[in-house]
Amino acid sequence: MSQSAAGGEGAPQVLPEGKERQRKRRRRKKKESKTRLVRSSLLLPEVEPDKSKRTVLACNRLKTTKYTALSFLPKNLFEQFHRLANVYFVFIALLNFVPAVNAFQPELALAPVLFILAVTAIKDLWEDYSRYRSDKEINHMECLVYSRNEKKYISRYWKEVRVGDFVQLRCNEIIPADILLLSSSDPDGLCHIETANLDGETNLKQRQVVRRFLELDSEFDPLKFTSVIECEKPNNDLSRFRGYIIHKSGKKDGLFKENLLLRGCTIRNTEEVAGIVIYAGHETKALLNNNGPRYKRSKLERQMNADVLWCVLILLIMCLFSAIGHGLWVWQYGEKKKPIFDVPGPDGKYLSPVLASVYLFLTVIIVFQVLIPISLYVSIEIVKICQVYFIHQDKDLYDEETDSQLQCRALNITEDLGQVQFIFSDKTGTLTENKMVFRRCTVSGIEYSHDDNAKRLAMYQEPDSEEEEAAPKGGTLSQRDSICSHQSIKVIHRSQSTKTHRRTGSRAEAKRASILSKHTAFSSPMEKDITPDPRLLEKVNECAKHLEVMRSHEQPLTHLSPELCDVFDFFIALTICNTVVVTAPNQPRQKVRDRFELKSPVKTIEDFIRRFTPSRLTSGSNSSSSSSLATSKSMHRFGLSTLSSTSTDSTLLKLEEKLAYSAQMNNNGYSSQQGKMAVGGAPEEGELRYEAESPDEAALVYAARAYNCSLVGRLSDQVSVELPHLGTLSFEVLHTLGFDSVRKRMSVVVRHPLTDEINVYTKGADSVVMDLLLPCSSDDPRGKHQKKIRSKTQNYLNLYAVDGLRTLCIAKRVLSKEEYGCWLKTHLEAESSIENREELLFQSALRIEKNLHLLGATGIEDRLQDGVPETIARLRKAGLQIWVLTGDKQETAVNIAYACKLLDHDEEIITLNAESPETCAVLLEQCLQCVESKFSNTIDGATGSMTVGFTPLYPPSSSVLSSLGLVIDGRTLAYALEPALEDKFLALAKRCRSVLCCRSTPLQKSMVVKLVRDKLKAMTLAIGDGANDVSMIQVADVGVGISGQEGMQAVMASDFAIPRFRHLEKLLLVHGHWCYSRLANMVLYFFYKNAMFVALLFWYQFYCGFSGSSMIDQWYLIFFNLFFSSLPQLITGVLDKDVPAEVLIAVPQLYKSGQNMEEYQPHMFWMNMIDAMYQSLVCFFIPYFTYYDSEVDIFSWGTPIITIALFTIILHLAIETKTWTFLHWSSCIFSIVLFFFVALVYNASCPVCHPPSNPYWTMERLMGDPMFYFTCIISPVVALLPRFLYRTLQGTLFPTQLQLGRQLSKLSPETRTQLLTELNVKETICQTRLFADSFSPSLGSNASDCYKANNQSTPLPTSPQTRESLFREHAKAEHKTNQTVAASPPGAVLYEENKLPSSASSMERSMGLHEIRCGTSEVESLPVGTTFPWSSAVDQADFSLLKWITSTPLFSHIGTVLQVSSSSLQNETQDSMCVLGSSLHVDFKGLKEESSNNFQDKMKGTPTDHCKNDNSETTFL
Amino acid sequence: MAVNYSAKEEADGHPSGGVGVPGGGAVGGGGGGAVKTRKPDNTAFKQQRLPAWQPILTAGTVLPAFFIIGLIFIPIGIGIFVTSNNIREYEIDYTGTEPSSPCNKCLNVSWDSTPPCTCTINFTLEHSFESNVFMYYGLSNFYQNHRRYVKSRDDSQLNGDNSSLLNPSKECEPYRTNEDKPIAPCGAIANSMFNDTLKLYRIDNDTRTPITLIKKGIAWWTDKNVKFRNPTGDGNNLTALFQGTTKPVNWPKPVYMLDPSEPDNNGFINEDFIVWMRTAALPTFRKLYRLIERKNNLQPTLQAGKYSLDIAYNYPVHSFDGRKRMILSTISWMGGKNPFLGIAYITVGSICFFLGVVLLFIHHKYGNRNTSADIPN
Repeated sequence: MSQSAAGGEGAPQVLPEGKERQRKRRRRKKKESKTRLVRSSLLLPEVEPDKSKRTVLACNRLKTTKYTALSFLPKNLFEQFHRLANVYFVFIALLNFVPAVNAFQPELALAPVLFILAVTAIKDLWEDYSRYRSDKEINHMECLVYSRNEKKYISRYWKEVRVGDFVQLRCNEIIPADILLLSSSDPDGLCHIETANLDGETNLKQRQVVRRFLELDSEFDPLKFTSVIECEKPNNDLSRFRGYIIHKSGKKDGLFKENLLLRGCTIRNTEEVAGIVIYAGHETKALLNNNGPRYKRSKLERQMNADVLWCVLILLIMCLFSAIGHGLWVWQYGEKKKPIFDVPGPDGKYLSPVLASVYLFLTVIIVFQVLIPISLYVSIEIVKICQVYFIHQDKDLYDEETDSQLQCRALNITEDLGQVQFIFSDKTGTLTENKMVFRRCTVSGIEYSHDDNAKRLAMYQEPDSEEEEAAPKGGTLSQRDSICSHQSIKVIHRSQSTKTHRRTGSRAEAKRASILSKHTAFSSPMEKDITPDPRLLEKVNECAKHLEVMRSHEQPLTHLSPELCDVFDFFIALTICNTVVVTAPNQPRQKVRDRFELKSPVKTIEDFIRRFTPSRLTSGSNSSSSSSLATSKSMHRFGLSTLSSTSTDSTLLKLEEKLAYSAQMNNNGYSSQQGKMAVGGAPEEGELRYEAESPDEAALVYAARAYNCSLVGRLSDQVSVELPHLGTLSFEVLHTLGFDSVRKRMSVVVRHPLTDEINVYTKGADSVVMDLLLPCSSDDPRGKHQKKIRSKTQNYLNLYAVDGLRTLCIAKRVLSKEEYGCWLKTHLEAESSIENREELLFQSALRIEKNLHLLGATGIEDRLQDGVPETIARLRKAGLQIWVLTGDKQETAVNIAYACKLLDHDEEIITLNAESPETCAVLLEQCLQCVESKFSNTIDGATGSMTVGFTPLYPPSSSVLSSLGLVIDGRTLAYALEPALEDKFLALAKRCRSVLCCRSTPLQKSMVVKLVRDKLKAMTLAIGDGANDVSMIQVADVGVGISGQEGMQAVMASDFAIPRFRHLEKLLLVHGHWCYSRLANMVLYFFYKNAMFVALLFWYQFYCGFSGSSMIDQWYLIFFNLFFSSLPQLITGVLDKDVPAEVLIAVPQLYKSGQNMEEYQPHMFWMNMIDAMYQSLVCFFIPYFTYYDSEVDIFSWGTPIITIALFTIILHLAIETKTWTFLHWSSCIFSIVLFFFVALVYNASCPVCHPPSNPYWTMERLMGDPMFYFTCIISPVVALLPRFLYRTLQGTLFPTQLQLGRQLSKLSPETRTQLLTELNVKETICQTRLFADSFSPSLGSNASDCYKANNQSTPLPTSPQTRESLFREHAKAEHKTNQTVAASPPGAVLYEENKLPSSASSMERSMGLHEIRCGTSEVESLPVGTTFPWSSAVDQADFSLLKWITSTPLFSHIGTVLQVSSSSLQNETQDSMCVLGSSLHVDFKGLKEESSNNFQDKMKGTPTDHCKNDNSETTFL
Repeated sequence: MAVNYSAKEEADGHPSGGVGVPGGGAVGGGGGGAVKTRKPDNTAFKQQRLPAWQPILTAGTVLPAFFIIGLIFIPIGIGIFVTSNNIREYEIDYTGTEPSSPCNKCLNVSWDSTPPCTCTINFTLEHSFESNVFMYYGLSNFYQNHRRYVKSRDDSQLNGDNSSLLNPSKECEPYRTNEDKPIAPCGAIANSMFNDTLKLYRIDNDTRTPITLIKKGIAWWTDKNVKFRNPTGDGNNLTALFQGTTKPVNWPKPVYMLDPSEPDNNGFINEDFIVWMRTAALPTFRKLYRLIERKNNLQPTLQAGKYSLDIAYNYPVHSFDGRKRMILSTISWMGGKNPFLGIAYITVGSICFFLGVVLLFIHHKYGNRNTSADIPN
């Protein structure tokens, strides 16, 4: 989708002068409030009427700091008090200052709150200081600003740049502000920028000088700039800029985003540019886009907050109870006989019982405040930061190749990783590499299978898998060299990036961008070295030869045979129908400057040669390479004429060499070819590099280059193509209609240099392009031929899709001058309009992209990333539902889904394709019924136009769920997501093991995620790599970005960024699980600890007349949580591992504990509370009875209690700790030692301090008392006995999965491996058995296969078909062709009929997707549940499939249903909806050899797994 | 806590500056030296592979613990129990709520009744008290741990601070001043000081032999010598030193006249006063009153026989249903008589032992299962 984001940028703005007037007429009413006026700052002040207004504009100083030295304290405190907990604790602390209620020494009570506030403040201060330093560095970067006094550009700091200043930038400089481009050293007024810092896209983008300034003859002089620029107010939309420039003369020019240089980008390929600053500093688009870190609240935290509220409630109850108790206690003594220990108020009067209880209420709130854990929030923050640190440090999440590691962008949702239930994944770039490799193509109806290319690709797999070998093989040496050279470049590049990143204000982003540019800047050899298909290569050469002959004989091109013509055009289209920028290797980011003087179309090659002049070669660093290029070209051209006759041979020779050493090929056909053909051994120049906006484009250009049709240069209005025999042809590019996701295609309008015709080359999704073809009559032979070509191409397209290739159709249209002129008029209007320009351009594109002539189609492979199938399998075992949401077409998506084991061949697939909301509703209803009926063990649910190949024999069990897959296309998804249907859709999807949404838009993606998140209340994780996934990533609970090929938008929006999809496995299964279990345990422990501690005080209230007295010294009371008991729990929260990583990976099922919230269920809070109550009772009453009626004083009695409590709390943690490292040991010991140390020092420090407790010598005396030790030993034992016993019994009698996993890790490695193997075998057996029971590898035919095959030979009637007729046809055809087809796995595949490969010329293409008539609900039931003797069925000649189905008892239901539905079908003719079962395993060979009867042969070619193969064989025999 | 975290970091030997800043935490460890990679260090700490002990709580593994606890606790319990049983203790409630009690007449005394109401209670010791005997007074239902009561004192005044003497802490309110004179010692605790006088006589053939009650050494040594001090000034005349202060409201005599018999035991360092000032933890408590030392090795400290207790009944407890007791007790290494802890140890030890047996049974029955079989697919 990067295409959509950046597609239009390269579009040249060819605006003839005459159109200016039109534009002026459409001048819109300006609204002062919505626009900004920018004038030159060089103008004298009196020329500026509204100076006051200008001062409002932001200067370029970057200030990301939050505080100043003065404002820090108040502002930081203010921010901290936004947290409710802080307010609460400060309130409590302040309450202590009220004498009537104070419980502690007021100053002391403030201490913990101040401590926590201070820690946070110091953290904030440090962060702010580092921001300040980086700001300072950026602000003091220098750039050239025009000075009025000096009359030249002088160096200034960035911070001094103001709006209206003129800035001059040189190559590789970073743009300091948003600048309107007014002049460029480029003769075409172009400027290339790299936006990696902004969006991570590393390709170069073109920017253009404002039109009128381009036409200036003299050099741009800022002093003469008197125009006023009116533009939008600053906004954060990177892809939009609108405004106009008003010249002194009153003329206006429109300004577009092509004219704007954005802050943070880097100037590339352009010597010098100058412009006026439009937005500066914080008003630049880059900074407006730079949002702060995101704050998400994790699920666990939400649950925790609920429990904190419970704690508040408990606290209030306890306080109320105490208050009432105290009231009664006071009341019982009456007015008269006041006891001597009841102290009256300072005025000597006793409080009334009511007033006393009110005061006491407040007092006990202070005393019991610990119940609301003050340190909980701080502790959780610390633990999460440490967890993030450890995730970050995991070397398994580091990708060697890209030198990138996992990045946590959200610090506070680590534990959510352990609770994910749904994964929503993008496909391209996420599951796949997004490294597009050209695989095969079809031109003019002939398929070129590129077998050698496939072999070559297979060879790349091996180095992938074998990691790195010590010494590179001889063959790959050259590759490595080239890689090395890239790296040296990257070093420079990176050092630039590290400097540049700061402008955008965010460090991490820039770092990532630099990695990214490192590995995406240039394609890997795998993508570049394409082995051409010999047949096609021959044709290309032949064609070129013809052309050469024709050129020399001045013959018109039409004499070429149509096929060769198509071949030629096909490659021209591949080469030029894109926005690829060519760069030379030795000068990174330098555009190849082989520009030739060209203002009018070139008629002939001679003309061309005449015009060839090196004068426009740019001077400077890259001139040498360009001139050498030019030289070699001229040499080449000379050589051509002499060598033309032998070139074919040499090419073939070359080809053979390539096949032999395909891995050795340093780069490509281009350079080697060049080397061979250039007579005189011209110095071999470095290869050209192609920088494309999307990898597909590059792949196609590289493919064309393999056929010697290389793109050698691209300028805004001209593309140079190097052709065999013909030399360099320059196409004048008239328009580029960029890719967008609505049109799903892009086009270029060029003037053909050979024919001087105006050609439109269109490249786009087959579904779209096929509908735009020129309708051809079936009458004339040419038209018939065309039709045949189309249907063949469509066939191949389908096969490509089935093979998981990305398909693109290439088409061409020849425009007459008149047509073009007519279109041009409207187009220019559209281009020049300021309002809804996009819309008009879109319309305009629609007008020219029609009546196309199909040239061919390409299949590009997007290889799966390493380990994707395994990862998906494990994640699924872990109980995660994986939904794939992709923009790809259905067939491609389905096949990738099979390839990555998302869909299983033994899985039944429900496919939903509906054309209207009504059908969608019906369909959903039926599917639901089907699925539900399955559970009631009946199959009568299979009704209507929908068939599901459910098995009646299959026992209803939960595992049934896992055998369903749902495939839904974008349009149906749109209907299904409507409020009326979403519940049904969800109900259905919930039951499916995997869901695949094809052709979905970014918005739909996010809607799906939102639906699941909100309706199912499930934890969702969205993973994606492109801009189209951003909304989905933002909506999901956990957003994961893949820092891959497609820029940084996804990463920017994500919470976690990982280098590869496979890293998700460890991230979720290990780290997610750990983080969740650690944090859950810690939170529970926290509640327990505080409750237990507070309960001690509460019990004491019964023995002190509910007076709010505490037996524990206030120092212990206040610092207990902060110092004595905090460290062990932090260590455990950070480092505890309930199950070792190996086991978690080996047994993914353990992940389910997190999903089910097993570690922290609501009842566990209460269990912990009850346990805390019990433990506190023990810890209170054992000392109570021990010291009952003794001479013990309060604090000599309280100190043992707190000691016991500390022991109990730490031992409790010890029971809960699963892994003991020396850190755990030392933290526990440290805590206890710290307590005694502090107590001893404190108790010996000051005889008169610390009123009222004055614990002088208490601890010292206690430690000399044996009773103290006896009490301290028995109490924790008694307190922890129940929990210890419970844990023991649970571990023995009802072990949880996690405990089993833990036990597994205890076993010796051999035993463990053995057990795990057994486990897996068991699983497989279990599956296979179920599978065998239910699906009984139903041999028989893959009905759709047959169907497809039939269609090739049997024309289908065009009229709407009923199912019966279709089946009959089908069966008949089957018999006729006697085609034995591969076994079909049970399952249902929906197939839109018009998508089926059909050679039937009667099939109207124009019906297309929009008006499918014949496709009305095909229902096909597949043999499932029984072993079906297909061969016999085939033998029975006149047996219709339907009859067979109905005759089979098991399927009688379906049969009837089918009949019923067939009648109902008639009503729904318009809304096509089709159903078919099965996954398609079609192999290309098999289809080519249509007559082949050999089943075994077919099976070999079938890309199913061997198991499948065996299954089929057995059954067949 | 943040401090603790970094301490942990250092303990591991991998100080890393990037703890708080993800993205900045990569420590370059590239082998090439010049080329810094982001590859995380492969250390046990960072990869969370520290050597660890992973106990698994099952019947089999915890069995020994239960038996060990049982085997240790039961002997300890028996030891404590026996020791506690060997302690002789005798207790007399002399509150006088029952009409038959000799002290019944004094039930409604006021603080400063002169002459004091006296009563005598005769009692008989069944067993002789062999070792040193501690004489306590006990109060019940007396909330000396009341929050405001506990606070109502001025430690610096009691420590002899001259400025606090004349200007006691606000905490002492409303017992801070009386008639514009600062109270010494101030506060509710001091004001409510126990002021009954107990005298013990041995009745041997109708002759009452007074038993020597030692009043020194009943307070903590640190209290007597460090915490409590008389005000300092010229000379040792306490009366002069307490010049300008007044006695607590309920006291009949000022603080420097607490013990007429011994001048050293007056003022804030009066041991009865110090003992009282150490506020009791629970509403039922006892405080050491006097010591009875064993004279020689031949005779027990208190022989079995008849004794009488003379009480100068000054301390009113009837108004709040308090009780007053006199306790005679020998003590052991574990303090006074209290069978609770011994019983607790024996009980817990037995329970643990029993649980050990149960777990042994469980272990034999269920402990040997193939655990992995339970992991469902």
